[in-house]
Amino acid sequence: MVSGWGRYPFIEATMLNPASLDEFRQALSRQKHCIARGLGRSYGDSALANEMISLRRMDHFIAFDAKNGILSCEAGVSLSDILKVIVPQGWFLPVTPGTKYVTFGGAVASDVHGKNHHIEGCFSEFVQSLTLMLSDGSLCECSRDNNPALFHATCGGMGLTGLILRGTLVLKKMSSAYIHQVMIKADNLDAVFSLFEQNAASTYSVAWIDCLAKGKTLGRSLFMLGEHSQEGGYLLPPEKHLTVPLVMPATLLNSYSIAAFNALYFHRQRQKEQHRFVHYHPFFYPLDSLLHWNRLYGKKGFTQYQCVLPKAAGLLGMKEILKKITLSRRGSFLSVLKSCGPHNQNHLSFPIEGYSLALDFKIEPELFDLLNELDSIVAEYQGRVYLTKDVRLSEAMFKRMYPRWEEFLAIRIRYGADQKFHSYQSDRLGL
Amino acid sequence: MSKNILIIGATSAIATAVARQYAAQGATLYLVARNEEKVQVLSNDLRIRGAKDVISKIADVDFLDQHEAIVKNICVELKQIDIALIAHGVLPDQKQVENDVGATLKSFNTNALSTISLLTLLAHQFVRQQQGVIAVITSVAGDRGRQSNYVYGASKSMVSTFLQGLRNRLFFHHVKVLDIKPGFVDTPMVAHLKKSALWAQPEKVAKDILYAIDKKKDILYTPFFWRYIMLIIKNIPECLFKQLKL
Repeated sequence: MVSGWGRYPFIEATMLNPASLDEFRQALSRQKHCIARGLGRSYGDSALANEMISLRRMDHFIAFDAKNGILSCEAGVSLSDILKVIVPQGWFLPVTPGTKYVTFGGAVASDVHGKNHHIEGCFSEFVQSLTLMLSDGSLCECSRDNNPALFHATCGGMGLTGLILRGTLVLKKMSSAYIHQVMIKADNLDAVFSLFEQNAASTYSVAWIDCLAKGKTLGRSLFMLGEHSQEGGYLLPPEKHLTVPLVMPATLLNSYSIAAFNALYFHRQRQKEQHRFVHYHPFFYPLDSLLHWNRLYGKKGFTQYQCVLPKAAGLLGMKEILKKITLSRRGSFLSVLKSCGPHNQNHLSFPIEGYSLALDFKIEPELFDLLNELDSIVAEYQGRVYLTKDVRLSEAMFKRMYPRWEEFLAIRIRYGADQKFHSYQSDRLGL
Repeated sequence: MSKNILIIGATSAIATAVARQYAAQGATLYLVARNEEKVQVLSNDLRIRGAKDVISKIADVDFLDQHEAIVKNICVELKQIDIALIAHGVLPDQKQVENDVGATLKSFNTNALSTISLLTLLAHQFVRQQQGVIAVITSVAGDRGRQSNYVYGASKSMVSTFLQGLRNRLFFHHVKVLDIKPGFVDTPMVAHLKKSALWAQPEKVAKDILYAIDKKKDILYTPFFWRYIMLIIKNIPECLFKQLKL
């Protein structure tokens, strides 16, 4: 039985574990419809199929030019392993999501973004080239100059164009492994929006919203900024973790316990503004120190809803969405608000210029109605929902939110990928 | 001081995970493996992960008559072996070996005879050195014969018994001998089997192996709970055990 990170749904599946190109070819010819799987950190059903090909054994580094910061690796290498190699030499990931436990291939397929999207864009902006295995077992290189259509469809393409086997990434030089962090309390959504506007030039920014606060405090948040520090050296973080050992009872997280947690979190900081010198690990990967945190949401699992609204919709649209969530009392732990820069050329990459909101929901029967209503608001404002987190978006809604789906499908057909690569999600979305 | 590490069967999942941890410590690695493509890819990977140097040798250890030359080359290249890990092996299909004497003996050749031959040759070097650790991956399956895989189990048990004697002999030469008994590990060797909660990842097993080598242990069950599972299994009276469907 396998699931995505959200532990919903669980399905029966066979997983092949090829370790060489020949074994990958055999695996592809043995499976009728399949999808690649890395570390299983996509929340929903985008890396779920009854037949899957694991990239876990395709996890070798190929080359590292420590002078120019160019790294080539196989797709199954995790960002965590990449950091272990590059940080001591003074390099960092140019874009990183909120967990380091994703593979390089997964980061490409989701075209992940981070706290610096407003400045640097998505992960794929730093990908020089990719090697794919197409549905017929042949290898195909692609980049911005070489098979560009395939490259742009693959970045953010949810593994639906072919098996991503290898790639080359351009790294970012950093002055130390430490971050100068500024945390500012914002009393409501208006305040946090103006903080984003004022700090648009900051390298990293994010806000944790208490999505249970309502009325005058609607959108109350902790706004966080970060810049790479000049001091501190290139130490790796200690490998210490806590683990959630068991699937917790779902009732543990209810509107009371979460309201209490969020209030504590918000008031933990006394001053209006707090400056700290922190290691990059707690700054970028706070949840990675709690292994298996997805078990907190109980047996039925959870989903994350992440949407982005264009700048024009801004405050008004976000308020409408937040109000709906606050009223439902279903919102969970701190939700995350980020500002996004312009959209890139990839067909299915999620970010568009504007604001993105992400929050977790425990799976409950009434939840899906709420999420459908949110979809309508998001689509109305010409926003979209992030496929990497999604488990329930309808085909009609998807096609409205991602108008380039037809172009994407045409590329899928051109490379024969529609005959082979299917996930639960792609079937649901009509891809 | 950076360590010199010899790994035989280096591209197996557990051995690869062990090699990577030593690479991160800046060790020099000598890899013996059968598949040229795989060992080249791994050597590159280990260098990038921090290995001081990686030497690789393509060899099929099933050919016992090549062992002397292989070991000679190892001793020339490494001068001193701080740690030798023997990790190669096959999991024969029990149903097939029941009906095929040739396949049975072939699996004994790979899992037991080749290991014993290599150990015998390597032991001379370790006696000369008067220090170092020999670590060999056997299996919990060697602790008791069961109908579902006794050919595999018997070959592993043969190595374990050999290791007991070798440990006793080399004790007087300050050389440690570690018998590694993994339970179920999620590797390509068993890709066709269904996985339950008892299955461990090779990275976790590798971590246990490094710890056991470091602490100079004699026998390692990994993950740890297999020691207790096997304690129970070993203590079931034979008159009952023979009736079980394990």
